[in-house]
Amino acid sequence: MTLPRRTHPRPLDIASGRVDLTHGGGGRAMAQLVDELFVAAFDNEALNRGNDQAAFDVPGGRMVMTTDGYVISPLFFPGGDIGSLAVHGTVNDVAMAGAVPLSLSAGFIIEEGFPLADLKRVVDSMARASREAGVPVVTGDTKVVEKGKGDGLFITTAGIGMVPPGVDISGDKARPGDAILVSGTMGDHGVAVMSQRESLGFETAILSDSAALHTMVAQMVAAVPGIRTLRDPTRGGLAATLNEIAAQSGTGMLIRETDVPVRDAVRGACELLGLDPLYVANEGKLICICADADAERLLQVMRAHPLGRDAARIGTCEADPHHFVRMETGMGGVRVVDWLAGEQLPRIC
Amino acid sequence: MKYIDEFRDGQVARALARAIHAEADPARTYHIMEFCGGHTHAISRYGLEDLLPGNVRMIHGPGCPVCVLPVGRVDAAIWLARQPGVTLCTYGDMLRVPGSKRLSLLKAKAEGCDIRMVYSTQDALKLAQSLPERQVVFFAIGFETTTPPTAVAIRQAAALGLANFSVFCNHVLTPSAITQILDSPEVRELGTVRLDAFIGPAHVSTIIGSAPYEYFAEEYQRPVVIAGFEPLDVLQAVRMLVRQLNDGRFDVENEFSRAVTRDGNAKAKALVADTFELRKSFEWRGLGLVPYSGLRIKECFAAFDAERRWDVPADSVADNKACECGAILRGVKKPTDCKLFGTVCTPENPMGSCMVSAEGACAAHWTYGRFRDMKADA
Ligand code: SF4
Repeated sequence: MTLPRRTHPRPLDIASGRVDLTHGGGGRAMAQLVDELFVAAFDNEALNRGNDQAAFDVPGGRMVMTTDGYVISPLFFPGGDIGSLAVHGTVNDVAMAGAVPLSLSAGFIIEEGFPLADLKRVVDSMARASREAGVPVVTGDTKVVEKGKGDGLFITTAGIGMVPPGVDISGDKARPGDAILVSGTMGDHGVAVMSQRESLGFETAILSDSAALHTMVAQMVAAVPGIRTLRDPTRGGLAATLNEIAAQSGTGMLIRETDVPVRDAVRGACELLGLDPLYVANEGKLICICADADAERLLQVMRAHPLGRDAARIGTCEADPHHFVRMETGMGGVRVVDWLAGEQLPRIC
Repeated sequence: MKYIDEFRDGQVARALARAIHAEADPARTYHIMEFCGGHTHAISRYGLEDLLPGNVRMIHGPGCPVCVLPVGRVDAAIWLARQPGVTLCTYGDMLRVPGSKRLSLLKAKAEGCDIRMVYSTQDALKLAQSLPERQVVFFAIGFETTTPPTAVAIRQAAALGLANFSVFCNHVLTPSAITQILDSPEVRELGTVRLDAFIGPAHVSTIIGSAPYEYFAEEYQRPVVIAGFEPLDVLQAVRMLVRQLNDGRFDVENEFSRAVTRDGNAKAKALVADTFELRKSFEWRGLGLVPYSGLRIKECFAAFDAERRWDVPADSVADNKACECGAILRGVKKPTDCKLFGTVCTPENPMGSCMVSAEGACAAHWTYGRFRDMKADA
C-alpha cells in the first residue's frame, strides 16, 4: 500500500547542497528532503505510507518503551557516527529490559547550513544499522533550526519492544552475593571519540564498540530467564552504571581492578589523557547482575556471541548500608569507585 | 602498554609493602609529606594507605595547582571575564574553584560571561586567532611543569603580533612553598605538626631538576626522595625515606631517575627565565604571602600581560570561614577535620579549592577513601 513517490523537478544537490530553513518549513522543500533522504534510506512499509504516525500490530504481553537524545561531537568517529549510535543506543535501551526491540522512531534537529552530503552519510549509516539490527525506523520528524541555534545535527530516537513472558529485569534487583559480569572491554567508545576531537590531537587505532546487543541479550535471557539486572554502561562508563545499580538496589559492590577487561591501547590513551577507563563511555557493552550460580552459564553464552567474546566476571554485590562501589586495586589496596563529579578532564599537572 | 604495567605490578607492590613493614621501626612514627597532588591522587586511587604500616603516615602537601590559588586571584579572573569584549580561557578544573560570594568561573559563565575551557596554551592562542574582535585572556596557573608552555604561547603571540591575546599569570614555584611549610610556626616553633620527610615532585622535577631540593634537605635536615606518579614509585619512595630516617640521613635521593636529572631541563629553564621574573611575594591559599614564590611576565612582553593591560584588582580575599583548605595545605589538618567535608562540601558542590581537582586532598579522600571513615561509624 505504498504511495507512489512524489517526484521533484530537480533532485537534491547532495554533493554540495546545504540544509536551509525551507527544509524545515513544511513546504515542498521539506517534502523533498524527507522523500529523497529519509524515506529512501529507511524504506519500510509503515514509513512509506507517508503518515505522521506508524500503525502496526503488536503481540500481547508486556511492552517497553524508551527514548534517548544524541548530541555528540564529532558526528563521525572511528567505528561509527551519530546515526548508527542513535540506532544502537536505543535498541540497547530496549534490550536491557530483556525485551525484543520491534521498531524505532527518529527525530532530526538540523542546524541551518548543515551539508546535505553529511546528512545523507548519517542517514544511510542509520538505515544500515537499523537493517542489520532488524529493527525498522517506522516514523520520524525533521526540524531545521537557525544557524547558531544547534550544533550541526541532533538526533532523538524512541524505541519499543516486547518482554518475553516470565522475564523481569530491573536495576533494583541486585542482591548481596550476586555476581557482576561485563560483556567485554571497557572504554573503547569514549576513547575513539576523544581521539577525534581536534584539540586533543592524538591518533589511535581504537574503534568505537557501538553495536546493537539485543541478539546477545535474547540468548542470555533464553539461557537464564532470572537475570536480575542488565544495563549498558554508556555515559559515565562502568563506574556510573555500577553506582546507579547499587543505589537502586540498595547494595554495595566490590570489584577487582585486575578482572576488569580494558584494551591495552585504551589504557595507554587514558594514561596520556589522565582519564580513568572506568569512567569512559561504552556503546556496545553490557553489565549483567545475576545469581552467583548463574554466572558461569551466562559467561559461556556471552563468550559464544561475537559481541561478548571478552566477557568476564568482575566482582560481587555485598551488603553495605552506604551502597559503596569499592574496588580492590591492582596494588592490593581498596578504594571507592565513585560517581564522576563534573566531566572527566585531561590533567594539567 | 607494557611500560605502564611494569609500574603497576601488584606482586611488586606487595613485596615493597612487606619490605616497608619489615624496615619501619615499630618504636617510632614516620610522617611523610607528599608535596604533589599527583602523589596524593596515586595514594588514594590505588588505596596505598592500606599497604602501609600504621606508624607510616602520609600527609598531603600543597602541590595541587588549583588548590593553592587564593580566593583573590579567582575573583580577579572573574573580574577580568566581566570586562567588556573579554573572552577568558583556562584549564577545566579552574572553572569550578570557588571564589568569594559563592561565585566561580562556571557560575560567571552561566551568567553570560564568555569563558571557555582549553586543553592547552596552543588552544588559547588558536582561540585568539579565531576571535580577532575579542580580547582573549589566558588564565595561566600551575607549577614549573605548566610554566614553559605558557612562555611558549607568549613568545608565539609576540612573533605573530597577536594584539588581542594576553596572559593572567599565576605561575608559582615549588621549592619556596616547601620552605614556607617548614618555616611555619606549627612545624618550627610549636611542633604541633611533624614532618619528617618529603616525597619530591615528579613532573616539576623533570624541569627544575633535583638540585633545588638540596638546600632545604641540608638546611632543615629533612630527607627528600623525588618520585614518579606511579603507585610503585610512591611505595619505593616511602621505603627509601624510611631507610634514610632510620639511618639519620637527610639526602636528596632520586627514585625517578628515568625522567629527572640533577639539573633538569636547561632549555625549558632558559625559556622561563627569558619570559618571566620573580614577584617579591605571591599569595597562596593556606600559606599566605610567600616571598619569591610566584612569577610575573617580564617587561619586554608587557603587551601580553593581562595585569598590565587591565587594572586587575589585587585584593587579598579571605577564605570561606568554615573551610579548612588552608590548614590542610600546610599539613596541619586532615580533610575529615573539616565540618563541611562530605556534608555541605562535595565535589559536586565544592566550598573550597581542595574539593575541586582530583589532586586536591579533600576530593581525593572523598572520591576514593571515604568508605574508611563511614565503615567506622556505620
Ligand atoms: S571539605 Fe571543602 S570546605 Fe572543608 S576543607 Fe575541604 S574543600 Fe574546604
